[in-house]
Amino acid sequence: MFDFLDLEQYDLFGAFWTTVQLTVYSAIGSLIWGTLLAAMRVSPVPIMRAFGTAYVNLLRNTPLTLVIVACSQGLYFTMGVSMGASGSENIAFRLAVLGFIIYTSTFVCEALRSGINTVPVGQAEAARALGLSFSQVLRLVVLPQAFRAVVAPLANVLIALTKNTTVAATIGVAEAALLMRDMIEREAQLIPIAAVFAFGFIVLTLPTGLLLGWVSKRVAVKR
Amino acid sequence: MSDAPLTKDPAESAPLAEDLVVLESVNKHFGALHVLQDINLTIKRGEVVVVIGPSGSGKSTLCRAINRLETIDGGSITIDEKPLPEEGRELARLRADVGMVFQSFNLFAHKTVLQNVTLGPVKVRGISKEEAETKARALLDRVGVGNQADKYPAQLSGGQQQRVAIARALAMEPKVMLFDEPTSALDPEMINEVLEVMQQLAREGMTMVVVTHEMGFARSAANRVVFMADGRIVEEAEPHQFFDNPRSDRAKDFLSKILQH
Ligand SMILES: Nc1ncnc2c1ncn2[C@@H]1O[C@H](COP(=O)(O)OP(=O)(O)OP(=O)(O)O)[C@@H](O)[C@H]1O
Ligand SMILES: [Mg+2]
Repeated sequence: MFDFLDLEQYDLFGAFWTTVQLTVYSAIGSLIWGTLLAAMRVSPVPIMRAFGTAYVNLLRNTPLTLVIVACSQGLYFTMGVSMGASGSENIAFRLAVLGFIIYTSTFVCEALRSGINTVPVGQAEAARALGLSFSQVLRLVVLPQAFRAVVAPLANVLIALTKNTTVAATIGVAEAALLMRDMIEREAQLIPIAAVFAFGFIVLTLPTGLLLGWVSKRVAVKR
Repeated sequence: MSDAPLTKDPAESAPLAEDLVVLESVNKHFGALHVLQDINLTIKRGEVVVVIGPSGSGKSTLCRAINRLETIDGGSITIDEKPLPEEGRELARLRADVGMVFQSFNLFAHKTVLQNVTLGPVKVRGISKEEAETKARALLDRVGVGNQADKYPAQLSGGQQQRVAIARALAMEPKVMLFDEPTSALDPEMINEVLEVMQQLAREGMTMVVVTHEMGFARSAANRVVFMADGRIVEEAEPHQFFDNPRSDRAKDFLSKILQH
C-alpha cells in the first residue's frame, strides 16, 4: 500500500528537515521580534505603543499566504531584497522565514501581553522604586514572570507555526507540503500520501506540545 | 532580631537638621478629583513623620508623589535639595535614594528572598554580586528573616514578606524611607514584628515618612503627625499633642472613630 514511498525518488526526510528548519528559524525570530513588540505595546512612549498596536492588528488579521507572497513578490522580485542569499531555493527559504516571523510574532506578542497582565502591577512599581529603568523592570521582573505564565499558549503558537510552514510551498520552498503536492500528482494515491504527511506533522508537533506542557507546569510562578 | 544597626550611623554621612524632603504647593488631580491640594511639607533629616487620615484623603498619593510613581500637576518636590527629575536616568537615580515599602509587600515572586534584596544594589548601584549578597544576608538577619534567604516569597508569612521588603529597600542605603500602610495587610499577630523593625530604624535615625493608623507606633516613634483630609494637610503636631489634644474638628472626628475599637 505504501509502495509509492520510494525514498530514492522522493526525499521525504529532506523535505521534513526543511520544515523543521523553517519552523526553528521562524520560531526564534518570532520570539525575539514578538517580545520587542510586546515591550513596545506596554512602553510609556506613545509612538512605540501606537506602532506596536497598529503592527499587531494589521498583520494578525492578514492571511498568512498574503504575507508570504508579499515577502516573495514585493521584497525580492520588486525590490531585489535577497537577504544575502544566492540561488532561488535559498532566497525563497529566507524570505519565507522572514514572512513567518513577521506574521507569527504578532501571536507571540499577544500571548506575552496576556502574560504581562498576570504580573501584579505592584511588583513593577517596587522595581521602579528601587531605581530600575523601564527596560530593566521589563527584563528583570516583568518578562521573566510573563514568559513562565505563557509557556502553554506559546506552545500553541509554535504548533500553529509548524503547520503554517506548509504555506512556504506557495513560493517554492522544498518543504513537506511541496513534496506532498508533487507526490500526489505523480502517484495518484491521495489518501495514503496524505496520511504519511499528516503522520509526519504529528511526529513534529505532538512531542513539542507534551514537552512544553510539562515545562509550563515546572516553571509556573507561585504566588 | 539582633540589636545591630540596620543602617550606617547617620552622623557620619551628613550634618543633621537639614531639610531632606521638601514639598511646596504640590497639587495633583485625578481627572476632576483634586487629590493633593496645595501641600506644603518639609521633612528634616532623621525625622520620622507619620501621615494619618481617612481613606481616600490622598496619603498614598502623597507618598507615591515623593518618588514620582505618581506625577504632580503643580508645585515642586525636592529631595536633598535636588528637584525631582522628569523621567529617565536622573529619576531612576533619585528613586534609588528613596526607599519605599508598600502595603502589599510587592516582592518579586520569581526571585528568592536573597535575590529580591540584591537585585537593586547589583543592577542599580552596580556593586558586585558577592558584596551585595553579604550585605543582603546581614540585613535579612537584622530584620529577623536570615534563615529564609533561599525561599521564595510565596513560602513566607505576610510579616516575613514585609520584613524582606524593608530589607530590600534598605539595601539601597536610601536617604529616606516611605512606608505606605506597611501593616494594613497583615494578620494582627504579625503587625508587631514589622513595627519593631520600623521602631529600630527610627531609633537609628533613619528619615521616615510612614502612612499608618498604628497609634502606638506614632506615639513612640514619630516626631510629628501630619493629619490629611480631602487632599489637604489639616493639622500638623507632635504625636502626644495630636492624639490627646487635636485642634481641628476634622481630626477630632477622625480620632473618635478610630479610637472606638
Ligand atoms: N490611579 C488613580 N486614578 C484615579 N483616582 C485615583 C487613583 N489613585 C487614587 N485615586 C483616588 O484618589 C483619592 C486618594 O487616593 P489615595 O490612595 O491617595 O488615598 P489614601 O489616603 O491612601 O486612602 P486609603 O487610606 O484608602 O489608602 C481616592 O479618592 C482615590 O479613589
Ligand atoms: Mg492608601
